[in-house]
This record gives sequence, structure tokens and C-alpha cells, in this order.
Amino acid sequence: MLEIIQNYWLLLLIGEYPHGKLGGLAMTLIISFVSLIVTFPCAVLIALARTGKPGIIQSIANGFVHSVRAIPLLMLIFWAYFAVPMIIGFPIDAAFTLIVAIVIYQTAYLGEIIAAGITGLPKGQREAAAALGLGYVPTMFRIILPQAIFNVIPGIVNQLTTIIKESSLGSIIAVSELSYVMLQVNSNEVTKPLQIFGILAAVYFVLCFALSQATNWLERRISSRRTGQVVVEAVA
Amino acid sequence: MGYQFDFGKVLQGEYLELILEGLQATMVVFVFSWVIGLVLAVVLTVIRAVEFKPTQFLVAAFVEYHRNIPMLIQLFVWYFGFAVVLPDAVNDYLNDIGAEIGYAIVALALNKAAYMSEDFRSGLRSIHPAQMEAARSIGLTYLGAMAWVILPQAWRLALPALLGQTLILFKGTSLAAAIGVAELSYQARYIEEQSFRIFEAYGIATAIYMLISFAIMWLSSILSKRYELRVK
Repeated sequence: MLEIIQNYWLLLLIGEYPHGKLGGLAMTLIISFVSLIVTFPCAVLIALARTGKPGIIQSIANGFVHSVRAIPLLMLIFWAYFAVPMIIGFPIDAAFTLIVAIVIYQTAYLGEIIAAGITGLPKGQREAAAALGLGYVPTMFRIILPQAIFNVIPGIVNQLTTIIKESSLGSIIAVSELSYVMLQVNSNEVTKPLQIFGILAAVYFVLCFALSQATNWLERRISSRRTGQVVVEAVA
Repeated sequence: MGYQFDFGKVLQGEYLELILEGLQATMVVFVFSWVIGLVLAVVLTVIRAVEFKPTQFLVAAFVEYHRNIPMLIQLFVWYFGFAVVLPDAVNDYLNDIGAEIGYAIVALALNKAAYMSEDFRSGLRSIHPAQMEAARSIGLTYLGAMAWVILPQAWRLALPALLGQTLILFKGTSLAAAIGVAELSYQARYIEEQSFRIFEAYGIATAIYMLISFAIMWLSSILSKRYELRVK
């Protein structure tokens, strides 16, 4: 096991960079962060459409969310793999298709989280803004969203863990992220799959476990700030 | 683009057969891992409810392992890793009978067991402890209080989350394609490679996934409403 780490640790971290493509853990992190950053504004728009007045925009948003939730991410990745180059007219990097697929998929899920943040705010906030004469846009962007998004920060961080896990699907379309690199190491070594996938699992575990602990901590912080008191841990 | 849609080409003969076989494999993986996962989840919840630190820790470790590692990697660990532990004769036999689907079921079932046991646990935790005390004080035994007071509420509280897991599991069966299980998305990709009918092959597979997912969502909303806990 140590031998594998000694031989491949650099490949695991950054892939073949600087002699070839960037890959490994660095690639996984880049794909995850870029996906989350691009998803965020899309998700806010979906959340606004879902929580706004009933009408054609809301119906479209509802249709989008329900459809995306009904399709496996793998199917979306297959679609993006062929459809994106066709739409933009030239071939692109597989990593880019993976990001497109994750963004579409996560927009539906992150949108639901932000929508929950919006509907979770007391009605008085909106009424007070209306009483002050604020229109829809300033009410949403200066009063509602800053609070709603602050309250769902734990949900957003949790979604980052999900995205990191989902980025492993890149190995199916040959994106040189962490899982793909380890699959290649596995075909080089042949005889040590248990160790190799054990290391791979451990890397993901450390990353995601740390993030989920951070989520728990944020959740406690935020709910204590929201209610203005220290939250007593629930006893099982 | 000059692309002629021709669903008929994919929906007949050999290709139709492949799609139906794929659908069957998808459903087999889905149903078996759901049932096994649910049963294991109940067992895990019971073990964790018993106040004994070492077993509680083991269950917690099991849950955290499955929650913090990509589903795909869990499949790889079973498919590539577990085979090394087995003697060669067993492996040969497993390869002959096509054991990929078995590995997929095991990996998905264990994963769902971890998530579902968390759902059960949070259902149990949201029942106020005073209810147990009240039930005991009117003369019910511990098991009686569980059976008549706590569990009837707890499973209703856990139900929406469990139904959500069911949908996630159904979609997760597509990952089995990565270890060579010939389920729906695997067949879609195969047909696409054979016939170059990208839109038809993926379109049909996507439509089937959506149809079943919508059915699960619809059933979920009915069940969630039917068994909603009205007294709280």
C-alpha cells in the first residue's frame, strides 16, 4: 500500500501535469468548485421562479426541476457528451461536458435548497419591505435573498460534498479526475485493486467527511445566530 | 443539421430486445437492492438504538463510509477489490455466471442501508423522549411502548426521506453500467455505438428512466400524504 502511495502520489494529486494534462485530486477539486460557482446563480434564478407568482415562468421552472430529478446523472453526462459539441459547433474537453452536466443536475437540487431558504423566512420580511415601498427586485435581492442564502449555507456546503462525489462519474467519459487516474493506476498494477481502491476511497472520505463536519458546525453556528441562543444538542 | 430522426430503427428487432433486457436488469438491481437495503437498515437502526458503545461506533463508521465516498467508488471496491480476496476457483465461477449484477446489488444495497438507517434514526429522534416516559408510566412495557407509541409515529416521520432514497436508488442503478452490468444506460450506449443513432438511443433510455422516476415520485407524494403524521 505504501509502495503505491510512494509511486503514484504525485499522479494522484495533480495527474500528469506539467508534462501533460492536469488531473487527479486537483482536477476533481477544480471541477467541483467551478460547478458549484456556475450552479449558484442558476439555482438562485430557479428558486426565485419556483417561489414567485404562479405563471408560465413558474411552470417552466417546475417542469425543469421535476424532469432533471427524474433522470440519472449518468444519462445527463451521456447527453452532454454528444449534445454540447453539436450545439456549440466544435469539440471540447470532456471535463467541460462533465461540468455542464453537473451544473444542469445541481441547479435543480441547489435551487430546491435555496427555495426552501426563501419560503422559510417569516412573511413579515416581505410585508415590511413592501410597506417601505420597495419593488420586487430590491425586495428579493436586498432583503430576502441575503437572509435566505445565509440560512442555507450549510445546505450549500453539503451540496459541494455531493458534487465532489458526483465528479467521480467523469471517469466514465475519460475526464482525468481522481477516480480516472486511479483506474489507470489499477490497470498498470493489476494485482493490487483492493489497496488502490482503498486509497481512492480514503482520499474521498477525508475530503467529504471534513466537509460534512464543517456543514454540521456551520449549521449549529447559523441556527444559534438565527434564534439568538445557544442550541442545546439533541439527545438521542 | 440534416439529421433524420428514426425511432423505428432503435425500437425494433435486436435493439428493442437489448433495451428490454436492459430495463429488466435495471429493475432487478433496483428491486433487490431496495429490499436488502431496507431490511439491513432496520437491523442497523436497532443495533444503533442499543446502548453499547462498540457496536454503535461500528454502525456509525459503516454509515459514514457509505455517505462520504462516491457510489461509483463503492462499486469499484466491490467489483475490483473483493474479487482479489476470493479464491481463483470462486472467481472463475462468478465470472461464468456474470456476477457483475450481484456486485452491483451488494454495493447499492449496503449504500442504501446506510442512508435509510440514518432516516429511521432521525425519525426516532424526533419523537420527544417524554412520550416514552408517558407510555411507560401508563403501564406499557418497553417493547409495548415501542410498538404502540413510538414506532407508529417514527416510521411516518421517516417515510418522505425513505421515498426520496428510493428515487435516488433507482437513478443510482445506472452506475452499475460502469462495472459492466448490461442495464438500461449500458444498452443505450451500446446501441448508440452500434447504430450511430445517438438521439434515438439516449432518447428512449431517458424516456424510460423519466417514466419510472415520475411513477416513483407520484407514488411517493400519495404515500407521504396518506401517512402524514397529523398529531405532533
